[in-house]
Amino acid sequence: MAARLALIICEYCDTVHESVVLTKRERAYCVRCGALVQRDAPLSVQQLLALSISAALVFVFANVFPVIAITMQGLNNQATLSESVLALAQGHLTPIALMAGMTIIVVPFLQITLLCWLTSFAALGRAAPGFKGCMRALEHLRPWSMLEVGLLGVLVAIVKLAGMLDVHPGLGVWALAMLTVLVILISGKGIRRLWDDLEGLIP
Amino acid sequence: MTMPLSAGQLNLVLCHCCGQACPVAHARCDRCDGALHRRKPNSLARAWAFLVASLICYVPANILPVMYTDILGSGSGNTILGGILEFWNSGGWDLALLIFIASVVVPCTKFLVLGTLLVSCQRRSRWAPIERGKMFRMIEVVGYWSMLDVLVVALVVALVQFQSLSSIDPRGGILFFGLVVLLTMIAAISFDPRIIWDSEVEDG
Repeated sequence: MAARLALIICEYCDTVHESVVLTKRERAYCVRCGALVQRDAPLSVQQLLALSISAALVFVFANVFPVIAITMQGLNNQATLSESVLALAQGHLTPIALMAGMTIIVVPFLQITLLCWLTSFAALGRAAPGFKGCMRALEHLRPWSMLEVGLLGVLVAIVKLAGMLDVHPGLGVWALAMLTVLVILISGKGIRRLWDDLEGLIP
Repeated sequence: MTMPLSAGQLNLVLCHCCGQACPVAHARCDRCDGALHRRKPNSLARAWAFLVASLICYVPANILPVMYTDILGSGSGNTILGGILEFWNSGGWDLALLIFIASVVVPCTKFLVLGTLLVSCQRRSRWAPIERGKMFRMIEVVGYWSMLDVLVVALVVALVQFQSLSSIDPRGGILFFGLVVLLTMIAAISFDPRIIWDSEVEDG
């Protein structure tokens, strides 16, 4: 068992490597295809927990405060992220609303929730109920989280509308920017360290 | 230099969910219960199917307007390329370039790279495996940025709703463009990059 854990298989070319101990910020690359196979885990479980809780709070701000406000001939209009998705769902192009809603609201929400759940138990030295399922769900969610694209989309929309209307970025944009950074930090493969940290405790 | 051993030669298989090396005889990873496959099932056929489907959707995505702008009574439809040209002509070359990269360069690069990878893997080509692996990792990283236009249209449509005064409505083009992004992402996920190296390992 222990011997098997010390092997690392490159996911891009199937080459088997022996695991090595990396110092801070060191990375190991595959000898055959040059892909990244191992990096030292830069964040501890406590740090992951702290960042996940911050992300949860910022997520609320990013969804409650409007991201864009516009004025036109005395009329005001402003929209939060969820309002814009819902407005789009009213029309005849509901699938697009679904895609936008999934990638910038639902998937990040699930990622943050699962990370808070897993890391809060891990910080107490325990495996959370449903540990395996949650860890697998995180792996499948990762490609579908597109907050950084959403942030750029908000900025482009502001510039695009500025040509014809009076546009102001809302408070939500700042929250969205912070959320993007936090989610990039916590949603990577760093969470896989829990498999080793909780070795023997997983039911 | 001796050839490094591959997992297949050692009767091991990589668990994609937790990264553990598992015995090839197991159907599920003993650590995370994830399903184990030596290679992703039907990788080439699935990737081809999604790639062709996305190519088909790319045609209406570019021909149909993505949104209909009606400001104070004067209405006009806009395709993706039309929107980029409008930015370019009104002096916003930087934004025009950004949208051009996200909605034209990125999807076209994905088509070309995935097509090249699929053809070369099907012919069991041993040409430039390192470079082909790098190309695959590149489209994995940049692929989802083409969602940009979809999200911009969503936001703009949601904001500009002043009843009779003016409004912006989404049009069918954006639906097809969204499908292109979705389908190319699924195609890239279905493709198993380890196949690039298989002919070299198996044919010796």
